[in-house]
Amino acid sequence: MIAEGGLAALWMAAALAALQLIMAAVGIAKQRDDVMAAVRPVAIVQGLLTTLAMGALIAVFMRSDMSVLLVAENSHSAKPWLYKFAGAWGNHEGSMLLWVTILGLAGGAIAIFEDRLNKSTLIATLGAQAAIALGFYAFLLFSSNPFTRLSPAAPDGAGLNPLLQDPGLAFHPPTLYIGYVGISVAFSFAVGALITRDVGPAFARAMRPWILAAWIFLTLGITAGSYWAYYELGWGGWWFWDPVENASLMPWLAATALLHSVTVLATRDGLRAWTVMLAVVAFSMSMVGTFLVRSGILTSVHAFAVDPERGSFILALLVIYIGGALALFGARVGTVHQGRTFELVSREGALVANNLLLSVILGIVLIGTLYPIVAASMGTQLSVGPPFFDKTAGPIALILVAFMAAGPLMRWRRDESGLIVSRMLGPIAATCFTWAAVFMVTGGIAILPMLGLGLAAGLAVASVAPLWKRNLRRTPLFTWGMVIAHLGIAVSLAGMACDSAFTKETLVAARVGQPYKVGPYRVTLDGISPVIGSNWSALQAQLTVRRGEDGTPFALHPQSRFFSSPPTVTSESAIATRLDGQLYTVLGAPDGQGRWQLRLWWKPFVTFIWLGGALIALGGALSLFGRVRRERQVVLREAYA
Amino acid sequence: MKAKHQRLMLVLLAVVAIAGASGLALSALKDQAAFFYAPSDVAKSGPPVGRAVRLGGMVKKGSIERQADGVSIRFVVTDGAATVPVSFSGITPDLFKEASGVVAEGSFNADGSFTATNLLAKHDERYMPPQVAQTREGNMHETKSLEP
Repeated sequence: MIAEGGLAALWMAAALAALQLIMAAVGIAKQRDDVMAAVRPVAIVQGLLTTLAMGALIAVFMRSDMSVLLVAENSHSAKPWLYKFAGAWGNHEGSMLLWVTILGLAGGAIAIFEDRLNKSTLIATLGAQAAIALGFYAFLLFSSNPFTRLSPAAPDGAGLNPLLQDPGLAFHPPTLYIGYVGISVAFSFAVGALITRDVGPAFARAMRPWILAAWIFLTLGITAGSYWAYYELGWGGWWFWDPVENASLMPWLAATALLHSVTVLATRDGLRAWTVMLAVVAFSMSMVGTFLVRSGILTSVHAFAVDPERGSFILALLVIYIGGALALFGARVGTVHQGRTFELVSREGALVANNLLLSVILGIVLIGTLYPIVAASMGTQLSVGPPFFDKTAGPIALILVAFMAAGPLMRWRRDESGLIVSRMLGPIAATCFTWAAVFMVTGGIAILPMLGLGLAAGLAVASVAPLWKRNLRRTPLFTWGMVIAHLGIAVSLAGMACDSAFTKETLVAARVGQPYKVGPYRVTLDGISPVIGSNWSALQAQLTVRRGEDGTPFALHPQSRFFSSPPTVTSESAIATRLDGQLYTVLGAPDGQGRWQLRLWWKPFVTFIWLGGALIALGGALSLFGRVRRERQVVLREAYA
Repeated sequence: MKAKHQRLMLVLLAVVAIAGASGLALSALKDQAAFFYAPSDVAKSGPPVGRAVRLGGMVKKGSIERQADGVSIRFVVTDGAATVPVSFSGITPDLFKEASGVVAEGSFNADGSFTATNLLAKHDERYMPPQVAQTREGNMHETKSLEP
């Protein structure tokens, strides 16, 4: 009964979404206040109903109800409860339902809390949101029903892919989806503003928190996903340029550009049309991301099973959404008035450069990701890999870093080139000093890591420069946010450069008792023993590790795990984290003569990559908090005036 | 600066940036055009010696030989029509096994053998690279180079 209840809630939510769209359209077209007033409660109830449907799906997963097809295919009664819970969205249908649930909740939240937009724009926004949700409802109800029954019920489930049985991955999809959905809400605001011809600073201020929130979650999602791939897949890499990774990177790039242009619009009233255009692009990227991952038309190590019918449904939705958004933009962009102007050499100019460079990187990633599909449709099978992206996106990203360093040191409206150079002396000195130091110590490394390390040092100095000679207590939170986010990029960049330049690797067939060297460490295999877990068994290596000749020994336990349903082997790396890097160990297969394959990596400062990601997200959170608080104060002051 | 001039300037900048990026992307894609090889592609047109490419197919039954150093293996990749011998040093992925799909990253040697730096096996029971899946169904595809 729970499954049927969930399905019924889903149908009702879909019907309410249709009603919401129609009422918003009629209310705005006829300027009927009574109709418009009714849109808000409908949005709230729609949000509640989707939440109910998601709750029902979680319930059948928690109860291991094997008469539901989705549960039988993706769960197992012997799984730990966390993975039963997270298993609800660890599959195609469930993740689509989660998507629309977050969208519904966001709609309800807008209906309840949003009080800065003028009424028509708000109603148009809710209408646009309903239109987006309707596509997802149709997709769920007509081609991906998560509540389909299985008769007769399966004796037990097929199990969740063991690679996904990791706490990090259980929360990864919701994090990314909140990001995707946040972008689509920002897009709804843009559509609302286009419909009511209301593009201006007020609209930008209303849209900004949504983009910030979406961007924070995307940043966290990408960072966590990268760390998951790093420790769980056991191959020691942190970015693969896999289509699924690109699918989350593309919306992030677009949202980053949007975040900066919306700031220009909100504070300087410039870049009006461009900001709306970026909102359309960012939304398109989050749709492309969601759908490409789910349709499985991309060759990917993460890709899921392909269903041609589903694929064409997805393609149709994609065309309607993106085509519709672009058509609306084309039709209405003429009515967006020119904002204020500025000199090219100014903070605005630097932000425009940032936007252009981000767009160029986005374009390159998009081409590299989609090209194989286009080629396949013309009968040519090919895949685009890391060499392509490294060669193209890498250099442009480094140019972007240089602009990032300069931007916050420039004045709004107009600035003098000479003055900027003098303000940049500190960062430039830091860059040159780093290059000299690296060259002296190592005798030269590859060109990209070398550039990366130097630029990271320059960017770090430039990032904190805006705090120079300021009263730190009175510096607004969003300035702190910018400083910390930019610093995070520098930290991340330094980690990436160190990882690619200084990683040491040792691959051996290890004999028990014999020490092997990697970087500053000596690793000894003491033995192999069996271990039993909740739904797996494993062979576990006892490694004793010493740093240098007489460091204190410590133990590491990499495992090779066997899952029975589905029958799979995964290797669990063991990682020792130190201030200056990570020792990463993987256990391989035995060779039949008493030796065991061991792969050892010493990765100096690799943790900086994710530490930087966390700093970027923290910076975003500080900005968000600072902005919301500042606006509250403004609202209060106006109320008392 | 007048608004009109400014807009013109921005449009020009954008055009230059986009043109530069597409040029960069296309020139890099040209190298990538023939990035994925199946054994029969190699049999037909000869191996692209020394370039970083991917080789995809099935691991031939009974072909995996472990080497004396304990960390190197040799095996044969087949697509039903042709075969390529592959050597690899490292820990094989968990799902790497005989008669199963594999994508090897690395480069061809002059004698037509392949040295892999990285092996990708299918991600789970339901996943198989489309290229490999097509090969297995006996529905041979052609990997054409965009280069003349």
